[in-house]
Amino acid sequence: MQQERALLVPTHGGFPDVTEYRIVSRGYTHDVPGDAAWSTPLRAGRHVTLTSLGAGANASVLLFGPDRLDRLNVPDTLKAQLSACIRPPMVLMSDRGLALASVVASTLDWHDCLTGFVREPLLVTELAKHGLGEHDLHGSVNFFSRVTPAGDERGTLTWSPGHGSEGDSVTLRTELDLLLVLSTSPHPLAPAGYEPAGVRVEVAHAPHVDAEDASVLFRPESARALEMSRRSVA
Amino acid sequence: MTDSLTAATDVDLVVQPGDGALIRVPAGGRLRIVDTEGNQAVDTLFYDADDIANRYSAFDTIREQGAVYLSTGSRLLSGRLDELAVITSDTCGRHDTVGGACAQESNAIRYGERTRHQHACRQTFLAYGAPAGIGQRELGHNINFFMNVPVDARGSLRFDDGISGPGRYVEITATRDVLALVSNCPQLNNPCNGWNPTPVQLLGRWT
Ligand SMILES: [Zn+2]
Repeated sequence: MQQERALLVPTHGGFPDVTEYRIVSRGYTHDVPGDAAWSTPLRAGRHVTLTSLGAGANASVLLFGPDRLDRLNVPDTLKAQLSACIRPPMVLMSDRGLALASVVASTLDWHDCLTGFVREPLLVTELAKHGLGEHDLHGSVNFFSRVTPAGDERGTLTWSPGHGSEGDSVTLRTELDLLLVLSTSPHPLAPAGYEPAGVRVEVAHAPHVDAEDASVLFRPESARALEMSRRSVA
Repeated sequence: MTDSLTAATDVDLVVQPGDGALIRVPAGGRLRIVDTEGNQAVDTLFYDADDIANRYSAFDTIREQGAVYLSTGSRLLSGRLDELAVITSDTCGRHDTVGGACAQESNAIRYGERTRHQHACRQTFLAYGAPAGIGQRELGHNINFFMNVPVDARGSLRFDDGISGPGRYVEITATRDVLALVSNCPQLNNPCNGWNPTPVQLLGRWT
């Protein structure tokens, strides 16, 4: 299922012993079926594209920073960018005020982040592989799902059926070394018996970020979080 | 509305802005938070007193009630979907649980580096939570009592002037023994405290 396209390249000519080799990754794609969980470390400076493999996919994503203690903070992400959902070119921020990833592209203008995720045993097991557990759970981004506020007095929320279609995609740029934990369980507000589609994960090197970058220019708060990430590895 | 709570209280505490409290509320006990001067955000987390891993979950609570704001009748759920407490009385009208707590780090992002060393709620959470073993990993997304953060159908969110006023209160009744970790918000840089943080009163009655 996992298609590795890594190459072994000699570091300085010839064909010497194997310790002289380094692995140069050219990225990969990996398909996560519906109703599954998966996790992967990601280096900074990668494009991570999630593509829906069918109608009605849901990808609930948790993100951890380099030390696995710092993690995605949805409330801070929303209030700094005055949004109630995730869409480009927002920056996903951590508890520590760092930009973990930027949303650089999306075919959908709304990804839910207000209604949590299904606490499936598979997801909890995935966390355990990295020494993480219940203490480390946090508000997720539910890519490809939309839950619309009515704008009424109590803030009524309604799950929107048919929001995502096959081929919809969203691309994140990692701003730091991350751990991504992903569940393709149905959105928790989807009706019972719902069969979720799978999600393709594509990892590739991101182009150099310049001063004209949409996330840098989006809001002063977005730019400051990106700057804080640069300082954290200075 | 009868005011039995002030008659005989087990806790009667005034908390200044920038200060906090950790209060154990036994099952059936009521904790009232009084916005003494109006427009004051009170950042609050709840934990199962017997197992702090079973903590308040803002987004599970929102989803299960199908609405963004908290008010009378809102069941405050943990990530395991256990009911920790219920809002049993509310003279303010609605409360936020999407906006999170201010922190030195998020202040620097939102208002610039000059605000980094101001008081902030997550400092208070860590200081008052430590004796109960509540550290950084145990800080979930909190409730902001009396705070007004409207969310609209276009997907935008903003911090508005409060809808609370002097003497308004919210009261929770604990479903099981819970710890309430409270920070009276010292934030000076947005309207959540009416630009002027003021004291709140915590009244607890356990019988
Ligand atoms: Zn605060």
